[in-house]
Amino acid sequence: MILMPRKAEAMRAGTPKDAGAGSPEIEIRDLHKSFGDNQVLRGIDLEVDAGEVVCVIGPSGSGKSTLLRCVNLLEEPTSGKVFVGGTEVTDLDVDIDAVRRRIGMVFQQFNLFPHLTATENLTLPQRRVLGRGKAEAAETAARNLERVGLAAKADAYPAQLSGGQQQRVAIARALAMGPEVMLFDEPTSALDPELVGDVLAVMRRLAQEGMTMMVVTHEMSFAREVADRVVFMDGGVIVEQGPPAQVVGDPQHERTRHFLNRILDPAAAEPEEPTGE
Amino acid sequence: MTSRLTKRQRRRLSQGIQYTVFLAALGVIGGLADWDTLQNQFFQTDLVKKLFPDIITIALRNTVVYTLSGFVFGLVLGLVIALMRLSSVAPYRWVAGIYIEIFRGLPALLIFIFVGVAVPLAFPGTEIPGGIYGKVALGLGLVAAAYMAETIRAGIQAVPKGQMEAARSLGFSHGRAMVSVIIPQAFRIVIPPLTNELVLLFKDSSLVLFLGVTLEERELTKYGRDLASQSANSTPILIAGLCYLLVTVPLSFVVRHLEARARRAR
Repeated sequence: MILMPRKAEAMRAGTPKDAGAGSPEIEIRDLHKSFGDNQVLRGIDLEVDAGEVVCVIGPSGSGKSTLLRCVNLLEEPTSGKVFVGGTEVTDLDVDIDAVRRRIGMVFQQFNLFPHLTATENLTLPQRRVLGRGKAEAAETAARNLERVGLAAKADAYPAQLSGGQQQRVAIARALAMGPEVMLFDEPTSALDPELVGDVLAVMRRLAQEGMTMMVVTHEMSFAREVADRVVFMDGGVIVEQGPPAQVVGDPQHERTRHFLNRILDPAAAEPEEPTGE
Repeated sequence: MTSRLTKRQRRRLSQGIQYTVFLAALGVIGGLADWDTLQNQFFQTDLVKKLFPDIITIALRNTVVYTLSGFVFGLVLGLVIALMRLSSVAPYRWVAGIYIEIFRGLPALLIFIFVGVAVPLAFPGTEIPGGIYGKVALGLGLVAAAYMAETIRAGIQAVPKGQMEAARSLGFSHGRAMVSVIIPQAFRIVIPPLTNELVLLFKDSSLVLFLGVTLEERELTKYGRDLASQSANSTPILIAGLCYLLVTVPLSFVVRHLEARARRAR
């Protein structure tokens, strides 16, 4: 049952990573985050190279969403540093709005603006944040809706779209800003099972185009097939990471095995076993 | 026989009794009232004819103008106070909180007297711009702003947190996100309660008569009262009342319609 076709190495040829270019696109150093007494992240070190797709997996409460939200400072880290494209995000002097323009984020709950059509969801941030003209914003919006296969829904309001369509519009909205990095926070967790495939197909294509992606997900088949690297987190630390064939196919740690057993075959999993903490 | 009744029959019987009592009460009240005097006092047809068209072109028109000017001023001030109430700067929150408590806690009439008397005394030589219209906008607006601020604050807080996060993650500053994303959605939420506030203001505009107005500046209540005392007959009061209902009843329907639509949209 193992091994989906791995992404052809050739697809990566010519990207800065393969050229051996200098610093990583995302660099996280000794990141800690607490909410009151609750230590959610306890020292995370992680690098994501340009063009790399990293899937972060782990049980709920393991801190994976918080980690992702620290990258664009939706959560302020308690300590540690985060660099994106060479800029230190955690620097108190940094213009965080300018940094966020370079980082696309896709949320579990889509978070489309419900009072705007699909096209307007894409044009408003381009115009207000990037200062693009009407025509240019509209043209970019049309191109990106096309990219996620929703050109036909350009004038629909979010309430008129299915969850899967809303999520694809949300991806297009992020892409229209021309980001260097895309963060996905459980992008398919709020979707009906039959709608998951379309969203994953869009993400797969994005990965093939060489986008740098950090994806928090429970979709193991997606992780195995698309990720360059899988990171398993538990209890606020990275327990193990490596190529998907290794982490998902042949996990070295008991906690990883236990988590994968539960996720891949929920019925067979033994009840409760203390993990970390 | 009673114990033989099914539940449904008993419910029907109970409803029938209530209808009967209601109709009987109406009949008694109607029978006891002195209809001839009522018609004489409140609906003299020749007096009714004399009221038109001035009661519409002057009185109703002024009522509408007073209400709208107070509403617009109150809306702007209310939005500012709502944003202050939500500010991360504590003194703004305090000022907004104190404002709301004071102006919600005082009768509108007191505030009108205050605007009419205290303001000219406190700032001698200064005139509130816009004459009577400025004064009314100020008086009505000060009161309305306190209520509207709380409504707008609730509306802003009802916009899901993810909306702000999505806007911020796209690079919007907090202020721009408020203006472009949050406030437009908040206003959609608060349109029904704000329309309700408009109905209340429409009635409160009758307090203008405590500011002292010229003949041309009279609104419905003042106009009705003046003509009632001139003619020693209450017909103008009744007609003025009907003019209020002419506006408030349709507005209430609009509110109900908007509320129903908002429920469906969610």
